[in-house]
Order: sequence, then structure tokens, then C-alpha cells
Amino acid sequence: MTQLCTIAFLVENKPGVLFNVSNMFRRRGYNIESISVGPVEDSELARMTVSVEANSRVLNQIVEQLDKMVEVIKVKRLDPMRSIMREMLLIKLDTSDPMAREETLKHVNAFHGLILYIDPECIIAEVTGEPEAIDDFIEKTRSIGIEELSRTGVTALEKGRLNL
Amino acid sequence: MVEMSGARAFVEALGREGVEILFGVTGGAVLPICDELWSSDLRFVVARHEQGAVHMADGFARASGRVGVCLATSGPGATNLVTGVATANIDSSPVVAFTGQVPLSMVGTDAFQEVDIIGITASATKYNLQVRRPSEIPHAVKSAFYIASTGRHGAVLVDMPKDIQIAIDEMEFPEKVAFRGYKLNPEPSPREMDWAATLLSKAQRPVIMAGGGVIASNASAELVKLADMLVAPVTTTLMGKGAISSDHPLFTGLCGMHGTGEANLIVSDADVLLVVGARMSDRTTARLEDFSPGAKVVHIDIDKSEVDKNVETVTRVIGDARLALNGIIERLSRMAVDRQTNGAWLKKMKKFREQYTPQELPSNPYMKAPAVMKSLRKVLPRDALVTTEVGQNQMWAALYFDVYAPRTFFSSGGLGTMGWGFPAAIGAKAARPDLPVVDIAGDGSFGMTENNLATCVEEELPVVVVVLNNRMLGMVAQWQRLFYGRRYMAVDLGKSPDFVKLAEAYGAVGVRPETLEEFERVVKTAIDDNVTTVVDVMIDPEENVFPMVPPGKGLRDLLVEADY
Repeated sequence: MTQLCTIAFLVENKPGVLFNVSNMFRRRGYNIESISVGPVEDSELARMTVSVEANSRVLNQIVEQLDKMVEVIKVKRLDPMRSIMREMLLIKLDTSDPMAREETLKHVNAFHGLILYIDPECIIAEVTGEPEAIDDFIEKTRSIGIEELSRTGVTALEKGRLNL
Repeated sequence: MVEMSGARAFVEALGREGVEILFGVTGGAVLPICDELWSSDLRFVVARHEQGAVHMADGFARASGRVGVCLATSGPGATNLVTGVATANIDSSPVVAFTGQVPLSMVGTDAFQEVDIIGITASATKYNLQVRRPSEIPHAVKSAFYIASTGRHGAVLVDMPKDIQIAIDEMEFPEKVAFRGYKLNPEPSPREMDWAATLLSKAQRPVIMAGGGVIASNASAELVKLADMLVAPVTTTLMGKGAISSDHPLFTGLCGMHGTGEANLIVSDADVLLVVGARMSDRTTARLEDFSPGAKVVHIDIDKSEVDKNVETVTRVIGDARLALNGIIERLSRMAVDRQTNGAWLKKMKKFREQYTPQELPSNPYMKAPAVMKSLRKVLPRDALVTTEVGQNQMWAALYFDVYAPRTFFSSGGLGTMGWGFPAAIGAKAARPDLPVVDIAGDGSFGMTENNLATCVEEELPVVVVVLNNRMLGMVAQWQRLFYGRRYMAVDLGKSPDFVKLAEAYGAVGVRPETLEEFERVVKTAIDDNVTTVVDVMIDPEENVFPMVPPGKGLRDLLVEADY
């Protein structure tokens, strides 16, 4: 049985590492649902968060194969119950109809989002939340008319003093 | 800090790694390096194709236990290395390949002989890197050797743009390199060894399966000691052949698709299976669901991604095979396990052995391949080095050619690279010029890299090639015979070439013995005279390798000659 799993790992912050990581996923037939990357407080390192659809056996192999890579410092699969997971959405909605504009503002407020841009034709909003909440927001605003959207992919930290 | 060119630093760094020999083909993008080699003591063995060079480096590495080094130019020189790099990497052979590259300023412009060899070899190497500054060269060379020869050994490729080779820079040669994310895992955890020892001490029907990891970590003595202690039958994978002597009473032969009946059946009946340094590939396990169904599997491996990858284990020991085996032996001796009780288990092994001892078939009109293997063994000294090609020749060698010591038998196990055995034999000869080296070949495989005869002759690295010549791509023909209603497609190679004349064209000796006695005589002469010799042995194109587990079947479902 497969489920959406989140893996966080620290890598050397240098060219080619993202290629090697994604190449490993490709080569072994694992499909990345989302990936987010950024440097951490130690500027020699970057943190990657990958979410992937996998069963426990495949997940285990992914972790081991990542761990084996020379450029990968540390790997951890994140327990959703003990982690904070967030994703950011930027969404441009067609709000030329005043009703649509009202509707949009209502949903953005309900999701504690921000309005970043308004013109007579459209609104760009930012919504942050768990991936499911983002899915939910997109579903709710679909009828308004989505011009385009961009999701960052999941980023996550473990609760408490547990560190990667 | 000293000032020198990148090329000079490269040659200096090789010297510091103890490199005395490299295999390669030159070209435009490695000219600065070649110019530095001109004034160095390094031996450059010239191959006629880069694939030959990298296989030679691989053979050198496997025979010596040291890193094998090869060099090629950019573009096609680099891509020609790919097969060999992948072959070495999957068989965990420590090979470092250096490639020239177009000048850094031209990288990315599709310049003449530019290829993205880093991208191409990303999933065929343990690690690869491109040098971006001359001063990085000493560190890059040190890192390449370090990563190739530590942990689970593998292939590393270093790409060096030409302008980096030429430019002069301040060089610092590090004594040590470190990578934050490179985990060596050599020391097995005491707790894991406790569990393994406890399981083994309770086993009624223990079996040990030794893979290439036993040879890589020089753990043969420990393996045999543990087997004797447990009175456990020992099987090996193809890569593990030689980990235990073929004449050891507990040795069952290889397990797998072309395993012996004895090995396949004893593995299937085990209650505890100790796997040491093996990948558990499909060729070894056959159908996974039927693999050793009653066994609790204990897996020792330095690469923890191999554990539970294919076969589910009950307990694991992550670490160097020799250290792990020693730790388990120590624990078992403290437990004072009495193994006098498993006489029934040994009796079973002997029953399987008798049941599956193949009958000697008359060699008429053709010599039978198994008989050729036995004759070859008879005339070779026990410590002779033997490589194989891939296909029927390889499986006949695996089944019927006895091996008495580790690092005396080499084969392309994981990738199954036809044409590997001959250049690998040349590399092995370079590593051990004191020993006779024989490549057990088929006509198809030998045809793929036969041009290395030139290297044998010119570089005075004599090897003997025994061509089991059935004028066929024999293994594929066997599958077409057994599973495709004899519809032979693309397997008939016909009469060309004449291997005797081919050998002579290169200045080597070619012979075509007609009988086993004559075969033994010509091989003996070739070894005594220490000259490159191609021994063309005509065998029956219809001859099959048995036993065989048909694809998709379990280890117990093996076919023997009589079933066919």
C-alpha cells in the first residue's frame, strides 16, 4: 500500500547535487511529488524536502539510497504526526466579476492568506498551509476561475528538539 | 604550496597514491597530461579502444586489491569508458577513470569532442566530479582514490578540462580528505553481531552464502573458519567464487540460475541463511517468493542499502565482512556451540551432491565444455588467474572450473559485459606478472574486444585465451532452443573469423587442438613459454549449460541435461 511520504535530508550545497539526487529518483523509478530546496544556517549545506508516493519497502530503499550518496549528509523520513509540514501557494484568480472578487477575498481570509496584488481583472493571493489545505483551497476557488498557480512543494520540520 | 601545472600536479598526485601503471588511450584533451607522463616513471599501457583500457584497470584492481587507473580523452574517448565504468561499479571494483575535457571556457558550447561525461556516468559511478580549477586537482585525485577504495568499493570518474591541465597554480597535496556525507560503516555494531550469533547458534540447517564482499574485504579465512565451526554448507555467488576453495568439503558450488543442484537445494532447505557481502541479485535468488522459503536470513553487508533490497532479512550486520565474521566467530566460541548434531543436515547435502553429479559425456565429435574446463584446471597451477567472458563460457567456468583461492577468478557478474574477460585478463597480468593468466572465452565475447591482442603483444602482457567456439551467441541460442521453439534469431555467427589466423595477425600464437589431450598440451606450452596464445576449441553449437533454473522459476525447479 502506497502513501505520500515526506523525507528531509541535508546535502552539500554545491552544483550538481540536485541533479544527482533527482537522477537517483529517476534511475530507480521513484516519482517525486514535490521537492523543495534551500540553504540552511550552515551555508555549506542545503536542506531538501521531498515528498514521494511509496510503500514502506520502497520508502526504505529511497532513504538508504539517499544516505549512500557521497553528497548527502543526513536523511530522515518524517512522521507526519510529529512534524510541521507547510507548503506555499501563489494563485492568480480571474476576478473581473465583482462577485468573484468577493468570493476570492472570503476564501483567502478563511485560509489566513494574503492578497499580494489586485487589479481590475485579477487577484494574486498567497496561501500557506499543509498540502491538504492547499489542495482544499484550490478546489474551493476552482469555480472562480484560476488563471495560473504555483506551489512551492512541502517543507517541513520535526516538532520538539528533534533535529535532522 | 608549490607552483606547477594541473597536469604536473595530476601526475604527482598519482605518484603519491602509489600508482605505477595506468591503462588508456590518448587524445587531444589529455595532451598536457601525456606530456607530463613522458618524463615520469608511470607505465602507460596503450589499449586500442578505451573500453579495453577500463576493463584492464578493472582486472588489475580485482587481481591486486588495489585501485585500477585508466585515462581517456574527451568525447568519444570518455563515452567508450562508460561500459567499463558501469561494469566495475556494479561489481564493486575500485577503478578510477580520468577523462580529458574541452577547455572550461568551451564547456557547454557543444565544442569538438565535448560530451557531458559527468551527466552520462552519474548513475554508473560511485562518485564523479569535474575539476574546475587547477588547484583542485590534488584534492580530486586523492578523493577519487579514497572513495573508490573505501566502504563498498566502486568506480569513480574525474573529468579534467584541458585548460585546467595547462594552467599553473599553487598546489597543496592533502594527506587526507573527508566528506561530511560519506559514511564508511566499517565497524559492525556489537548488538547486531550478538543477534546474528544467537540465530546461527540455534540453527539446525545453517547455510552460508558468500558474495564478492568476502573477497573484497579479504575475509576468506574467517568465512571458512565460521563454516567449519557451524558445520554449515557454503555456497557462493558468481562474485564470491574463490572465497572458499572448491575442494573444501562444505563447498556446494554456486547458487542461482546456473547453480549446482546441491547448492540450490541446500539453500532452499536452510533454516538460517547467512548472506555475506552479496547483492542477492535475480540471477542468484531466482524467483524471490521461492528463495530459501523456510530460512531466517542474516545479512552482513557494508552497504546497508543492499539489506532488505531484494530478500527480507531477520537480522543484519552492517560493516566490513571480515570484522563482522570475526565478531560472530568470537561470540560463537564463547557460546561453545556443539555442532556435532547436524550430521543429518550434512547427509542431506551429500545426497544432493550425489543426485546432481553430472555424468561424464563422451567428447565425440566435439569436446564437451565441462570436460575442457576440467582439463584446463588440470594443467593450470592452483594459483593461476582466470577471467571469463559472459554467456555460456562464463557459466561453464562457474560450474565446472574449480577455484582454490580468492582473487584468482574474475568475472563480470552484475553487468554481464561480453568482451570484459580478455582485457581484464591483461590487467590481471599487469598486476601479477608472476602468474599465468587465462581468459575463458566464447567466440562471441572474444570478438567484442579481440583487438586487445595488440596490447598483449606490444606491452608484453601475455595471456592465454581459451575460446569455447560454437560459432554462436551460445547463451541466447540456448534460450531460443529451450524457450523459443528453436527459432534461432541473430545468434549464428558463422565461420568468421578464423581465430588462429587472427592471433597470428597480431603476432600472437593461435592453435586449434582437436582432442582434450592436445588441448592440455597446447595450454601447458603457452603457459610455459609465457606467450599470448589463442586456443580455439571447437565445441558443439547445440551444447547447453546445465543445470539451469528457467526464468521465473524458483531455485528448486532446476533443469538438468536429462530433462532436455
